[in-house]
Amino acid sequence: MTRKKEKDARDDGELLRIEDLHVDFLTDRGWTNVVAGVSFDVGPGEIVGLVGESGSGKSVTSLSVLRLLPNAYSRTPSGHIWYQGRDLIKMPERELRDVRGNEISMIFQEPMTSLNPAFTIGDQIAEVYRRHKGGSRRAAFARAAEMLDLVGIPDAGSRVKDYPHEFSGGMRQRAMIAMALACEPKLLIADEPATALDVTVQAQIVALLSRLRDETGCGILFITHDLGLVVELADRVVVMYAGEVVETAAALDLYNAPKHPYTAGLLSAMPHLGVRGKELPTIPGRTPEPWRMPEGCRFGPRCGHTSEECVVAAPALRIVEAGRSSRCCRTEQLNLAGSP
Amino acid sequence: MSVKGVEGSGAKAPSSGAPAEASGAPVPDSTTGPLVDVRDVSVVFRKKRTLAAARQVRAVNDVTFHIAEGETFGLVGESGSGKSTTGRALLKLVPTESGSIKVAGHDVTNLRGGSLRRARRSMQMVFQDPYSSLDPSSTVAASIAEPLVVHERLSAKEARSRVNDLIEMVGLRASYAERYPYEFSGGQRQRLAIARAIALNPRFIVCDEAVSALDVSTQNQVINLLERLRAEFRLTYLFIAHDLAIVRHISHRVGVMYLGRIVETGPAERVYTAPAHPYTQALLSAIPDPRRRSGRIVLEGDLPDPARPPVGCPFQTRCGFVMDICKQRVPEHTAVEGGGEVACHLQTTGPTLAGSPLNDLVPTRATSTP
Repeated sequence: MTRKKEKDARDDGELLRIEDLHVDFLTDRGWTNVVAGVSFDVGPGEIVGLVGESGSGKSVTSLSVLRLLPNAYSRTPSGHIWYQGRDLIKMPERELRDVRGNEISMIFQEPMTSLNPAFTIGDQIAEVYRRHKGGSRRAAFARAAEMLDLVGIPDAGSRVKDYPHEFSGGMRQRAMIAMALACEPKLLIADEPATALDVTVQAQIVALLSRLRDETGCGILFITHDLGLVVELADRVVVMYAGEVVETAAALDLYNAPKHPYTAGLLSAMPHLGVRGKELPTIPGRTPEPWRMPEGCRFGPRCGHTSEECVVAAPALRIVEAGRSSRCCRTEQLNLAGSP
Repeated sequence: MSVKGVEGSGAKAPSSGAPAEASGAPVPDSTTGPLVDVRDVSVVFRKKRTLAAARQVRAVNDVTFHIAEGETFGLVGESGSGKSTTGRALLKLVPTESGSIKVAGHDVTNLRGGSLRRARRSMQMVFQDPYSSLDPSSTVAASIAEPLVVHERLSAKEARSRVNDLIEMVGLRASYAERYPYEFSGGQRQRLAIARAIALNPRFIVCDEAVSALDVSTQNQVINLLERLRAEFRLTYLFIAHDLAIVRHISHRVGVMYLGRIVETGPAERVYTAPAHPYTQALLSAIPDPRRRSGRIVLEGDLPDPARPPVGCPFQTRCGFVMDICKQRVPEHTAVEGGGEVACHLQTTGPTLAGSPLNDLVPTRATSTP
């Protein structure tokens, strides 16, 4: 697998830059903050993995990029999402519609709920293409078949007339990827695209995304809870916990030598093909509820390395080495173990 | 992890026929015969159609395995392989077409009515999704008490102290009993589902993707709990999952299913380090591993339509070693060095492995990517 160096990505300039993003949700308790000052960027042709447990805010962050959260229950009090110099947060809806599915597209976890069961796969891919690129129905349909072929659907010319229920789970996810790539987007956001699939199909999808990045040069923001999967696919990884970014690093560096205790905990809890009978490592406790965030470091109550300074003030995300940052005030004192 | 309430409940746990000695020894003795004995079991689903012949799917096809008391048998395979249906057939939740199933001395295939209900006390199931397997409109105390009320004819009041013990046994506070399922996290809910499953002191539990919906850290907590309960009460598990790493951790022996058939069985250690079936090898290679040195085997295509399985070996359409004989005859089960069996023609034809694992045998058809 080719691993594009972080340096190259920076030289190429940036594609997407999320800057100090805050997102609130309207709950029974009023407006509650769920994403607190998230910043990271994705370069052209770069695969960035966004990792965290459920409730970490990773999906909310990814949905905010294309403003797919419901207006009535969510708001973005501050922050910017820069896409090629334009702020998607402030962009008028009409203009944003030309970006969605065209310059930035998105694939979701459950392909069956993202596909319309009443239309053929080809119709649905062609619809996206015609909306953004125009042209005849016939040309758009040909483009649909071409895209299905690109993502490795055998006999694409005739399968393009199939309905979603005639496709298997892995093929549906391929069809979603075909639809997402039909307009040659510069950025693909993939929210847990392989999670509901079998390991064998998961391997196919990951290999496909990696190949498509190499062929089309699109940047990919890959959201997942599977640290093993992300390290294999991504160039760089952003780890989120309780609405904040806690660590960013090149994928293998993070895997071999994490700089935040939460990342180290996730790595040790990853299922390994180890010996049976030993008790499996766990992170004690659970993710805090958004309306009951702990004082100081948000990971503090679950961390095995806390000292007084961790409770006094919330640590800031800071650069600890070239190209890596950590939100832990004790990073330098800790010698955290990487994946076994 | 909390081990409160262990003494109190440990004393009465084996009362329903289980041996009084809960030694917790990891390796079960084979003198008494297996607790679960499954022979040549097939499950067939039929779907009637108006203008065509009924669609018939052999979801489980001549499956044979056994599980010794205190042992954990892991069953892995892709979705559609029949692993869940096998688990359900063992508890007679789906009807079997042929074959015999014996669980804890009961001949499950021939039980019905009252005797089936009585037999169900000794065999329980933990499902994948604790959101849908706990009744959202009753308190968790009521859900856990229900089997006690039905089978032991306890009054709700009498069941209450047992419920508190059970909740503490799975590492939660007894004060949680009056809460409703929506007030718990996924991991806590799965603990409650486990509390309900062990309420009647069963001897055999089918865990069907019991940890698949949980975050890694929570997943490990639930696995540790299952292991502790197994040692304490000498439980026997059939552990069904698609996550191979988890299955390896918890299982003594493993079975690999493909298209309704068991293609390989053996001690977990042997199956994982020296797979003998090309499908097992491909499954293992699909596990994400950033430090992988050898190339990954990416299987092409999908599982064939189970209503129209290929003639001969079920794996022939995706196998890198496919030979002519694979398209003609279903391979027999043959013994493998290091324990277990495999159903693959490579053992007897072509390279004639005769019990050796696959190791570095080079595929005849390219399926690998670098």
